[in-house]
Amino acid sequence: MTVLSGDVPFRVLPQLNDHNRDFWTGGARGELRLWRCGDCGFWIHPWQPICPQCRSKKLVTEAASGRATLATYTINHQRWMPGPELPYVVAIVEIAEQPSLRLTTNLVNCPHDRIRIGMPLHVVFEHHPDADGDVYVPLFEPEAA
Amino acid sequence: MGAAERTTCISGVGQSDVGRRLGRDPLELTLDACLAAIADAGLELRDVDGLSTYPGALTTPPGFSGAGAYEVIDALRLSVGWYDSGLETSGQLGSVIKAVLAVSAGLCNHVLCFRSVWEGSAQGAQGRAAVMPGGGGGGAFKAHGFLQWTLPFSAPSAAVWIAMFAQAHFQRYGTTKEQMAWIALNGRRNAQVNPKAIYRDPMTLEDYMASRVVTTPFSLYDCDVPCDGATAVIVSRLDRARDLRRPPLRIESMGAALRGRPSWDQYEDLTTMPNRDAAAQMWSRTDLKPSDVQTVQLYDGFSFLTMSWLEALGFCGVGESGPFIEGGTRIARDGELPLNTHGGQLSAGRLHGYGFLHEAAVQMWGDAGERQIARPPEVGVVAAGGGQTCGCLLLVRD
Repeated sequence: MTVLSGDVPFRVLPQLNDHNRDFWTGGARGELRLWRCGDCGFWIHPWQPICPQCRSKKLVTEAASGRATLATYTINHQRWMPGPELPYVVAIVEIAEQPSLRLTTNLVNCPHDRIRIGMPLHVVFEHHPDADGDVYVPLFEPEAA
Repeated sequence: MGAAERTTCISGVGQSDVGRRLGRDPLELTLDACLAAIADAGLELRDVDGLSTYPGALTTPPGFSGAGAYEVIDALRLSVGWYDSGLETSGQLGSVIKAVLAVSAGLCNHVLCFRSVWEGSAQGAQGRAAVMPGGGGGGAFKAHGFLQWTLPFSAPSAAVWIAMFAQAHFQRYGTTKEQMAWIALNGRRNAQVNPKAIYRDPMTLEDYMASRVVTTPFSLYDCDVPCDGATAVIVSRLDRARDLRRPPLRIESMGAALRGRPSWDQYEDLTTMPNRDAAAQMWSRTDLKPSDVQTVQLYDGFSFLTMSWLEALGFCGVGESGPFIEGGTRIARDGELPLNTHGGQLSAGRLHGYGFLHEAAVQMWGDAGERQIARPPEVGVVAAGGGQTCGCLLLVRD
């Protein structure tokens, strides 16, 4: 699993807590960690206190494969806030294990004229050192890249 | 049918001055609109016994709310049998839908409903960036809650989220930017004869296509224009409105449903929105059909949202809104389905939902001046919102 570090763009980072820490730091071990129901196996994002499928409270985080498909995207040209070099791609991806679970992310390392909804992707992590705990932002790139 | 809304109506509408940056007190603008609506209905202040607003008092984002419920109740010294405000409802018209429910439940007879914005002045010369969370880029700011799923990816704007729905629609159905253009071009054509519109200069397809890209497939003219202004409407008990100044606009039916995950990215079909749920509920409560409707005033915070509403409401098939609007003839003021006859939020300003209800009422009362549809419509649809927050009304002139 690729980890991008060093010369990375400014990003607003999340406030880490017990419900999101594994998601935002799993990249340190190359893992895309998501919540999963310990009883029925349903993947859950974002965290909620009970499984929406079986109402179990036995929830654990687990490493997903990091594989996903592109559900949709937009090539953003507007400087809303400090961030990656313009234009950058905002994307929604569906994880391989359970396509109904989606992540909003950035699509990277993909020429813009090659972007197609449905294309296979995998996760890469961008390392952001931080005094409150390093964050590994999960981004996605084409499977073939 | 016995639907609760059949006992209610719109009895008057009012609007303050509207401008890009008026620099006026937002409560003053709100009260201007409220008093105008009360006078339009032919009511006295003492007759108003209910109040409803979207979203209520809020300080962020700046300019998003011009006044809260308590401020207006107090400033007008109202005595109310029911009042409400809130952001988590079926779009901006959720506040009108709640007023209808309160009237039909017998809690009040005449509800003052309003929506007030001063986003133009609040944003100032810096534009949207001035009001974006974390927009200052200070390293200390950390994203909480919902924002943590968008800000780390530099996706803070509804423009980005809704552009992704449009992109999915474009790829699945072959929708084109040249088709989507007609939401903006139709709006501008109508704004040219609306003296209160923000942008009134003529715009061609070439102008539209040449404008700067915001986030694909949206360019500048696909995004509504922040403004200052307030709009108010009176929801009345139908039997108390028949001897008032205006022919009542009966609420024939309404839609408030949400039947998917209330989320920009987790909603199951990214080419549709919960507007399809609200629309289906509205049609399930009436014998009227889309073919009975003579004007539609449909939210255009972003151009694609109007296309999404046209499909949700059944004016065209799912995926067919591009060809439906292409060329702009069908949706013109003299077309078979006049759309956003005041210019919409794209050209007449982001009055946030209530501008569409105001326009439907003015058109149905034959009071729209130079932009009046030749034969004032007897049946109209008003819809507002996008993503998870959608509501719609079917109005019939009594």
